[in-house]
Amino acid sequence: MFRNQYDTDVTTWSPAGRLFQVEYAMEAVKQGSAAIGLRSKSHVVLACVNKANSELSSHQKKIFKVDDHIGVAIAGLTADGRVLSRYMRNECINYFYTYESQLPVGRLVVQLADKAQVCTQRSWKRPFGVGLLVGGLDESGAHLYYNCPSGNYFEYQAFAIGSRSQAAKTYLERKFESFMGSSRENLIKDALFALRETLQGEKLTSSVCTIAVVGIGEAFHILDQETVQALINEFEIAGEEAAAPDQAGVDEPPAAAAGDQAAPGDEGAAPMDM
Amino acid sequence: MTKQQANWSPYDNNGGTCVAIAGTDYCVIAADTRMSSGYNILTRDYSKIIQLVDTSVLASSGFQADVRALQKVLAAKHLQYQYQHNKQMSCPAMAQLLSNTLYYKRFFPYYAFNVLGGLDREGKGCVFTYDAVGSYERVGYSSQGSGSTLITPFLDNQLKSPGPLLLPARDAVTPLSESEAIDLVKTCFASATERDIYTGDKLEILILNASGTRVEYMELRKD
Repeated sequence: MFRNQYDTDVTTWSPAGRLFQVEYAMEAVKQGSAAIGLRSKSHVVLACVNKANSELSSHQKKIFKVDDHIGVAIAGLTADGRVLSRYMRNECINYFYTYESQLPVGRLVVQLADKAQVCTQRSWKRPFGVGLLVGGLDESGAHLYYNCPSGNYFEYQAFAIGSRSQAAKTYLERKFESFMGSSRENLIKDALFALRETLQGEKLTSSVCTIAVVGIGEAFHILDQETVQALINEFEIAGEEAAAPDQAGVDEPPAAAAGDQAAPGDEGAAPMDM
Repeated sequence: MTKQQANWSPYDNNGGTCVAIAGTDYCVIAADTRMSSGYNILTRDYSKIIQLVDTSVLASSGFQADVRALQKVLAAKHLQYQYQHNKQMSCPAMAQLLSNTLYYKRFFPYYAFNVLGGLDREGKGCVFTYDAVGSYERVGYSSQGSGSTLITPFLDNQLKSPGPLLLPARDAVTPLSESEAIDLVKTCFASATERDIYTGDKLEILILNASGTRVEYMELRKD
């Protein structure tokens, strides 16, 4: 009833004790295309849907490498996400410069959350319109966090944000208890299945999604399209049509593994697929 | 009334020598591993060389605390470059970055005498030589540090090209093969070790070529 009167300013409370501008910012996250994260004891997988505005344009980058041991998937105002990724990268570089060791994920998300909170308490700022799924490794293991525009953050076993993320969350809720002990391949498989749920019947191919992995002994990197398509085919995730024949299934894992390592092998250009 | 003098210096010289030689498709970068202070040896096993990029290797003699700080700054800047450009820095780009970084502290310099070696974008060897405040030049070979006065004349004798005015135009890089260049470097250090008290203990050689990076070591006199 009073929503419109108290929503002009982020520094204005509503009578019910809410900050509507912050809630509107979280709304922006829900409008963005889906992003999903899952973690096991040793790996974190981030996946997102890439929808280009038109056939003529490229799609927006939604997964960013922050450091060898941390990556982030975003949903919402991707420009805000880009700026925050740059901040996170710099924090990791500065921490490494000072301490010659990697910034623990938990510390980074707190810094990120504090940065978001500032924007909820200044009249000349607006909250960030982006939700971040931060996945990374540190001494205490693999972690997945969700940072929202309000300045809150939570750790998750698996989570999904963005449009139609509820479908993915439903799938993840059914399966999450097995994730901790999951192998890397099964974790990626579950990410792809969860991603398919958000597509609502549309065919899942590597051209509409991006998958990234970080794990013990494996630096954060985005899987290249061939690898992802091979995995989709292997797990027969495509959806509408039947996927690749069964005998290819045996050959796929070595090819997929080789594809991962071969991904950065570009002549002249260096291996920074981020 | 005489002017008051400082009773301590922020700098120290940890000695040592660095050499780099560029070839048509390789680059050799070498430095001894002795770290000294005054007439004392602090350690016989300290590396002055760092590989910043696949194609760029920095060897620095002088004040090793400043050298270490300089290496960390360059590594951090290279990471930022990679995030912005989606590729690694080329050796000439790193050369310019090093020059700018040194000049940034023009009025409290890094006490570091640098030689940057690597492969340019065409895969040819390149060597860049610096002074403490960033003045630099691309050359075919160079030596810096306490033994440089002994080594440079010898390298000039062996490697110096006749000069840019002579025809036909000659390449700045040496026509020597990779193994000949490595042997030349070993000879340089063996001789420099004889007469320079700050050079010795062990020689670390990094060889960059199209197949990657290789390290070789050679024992030097320990006196």
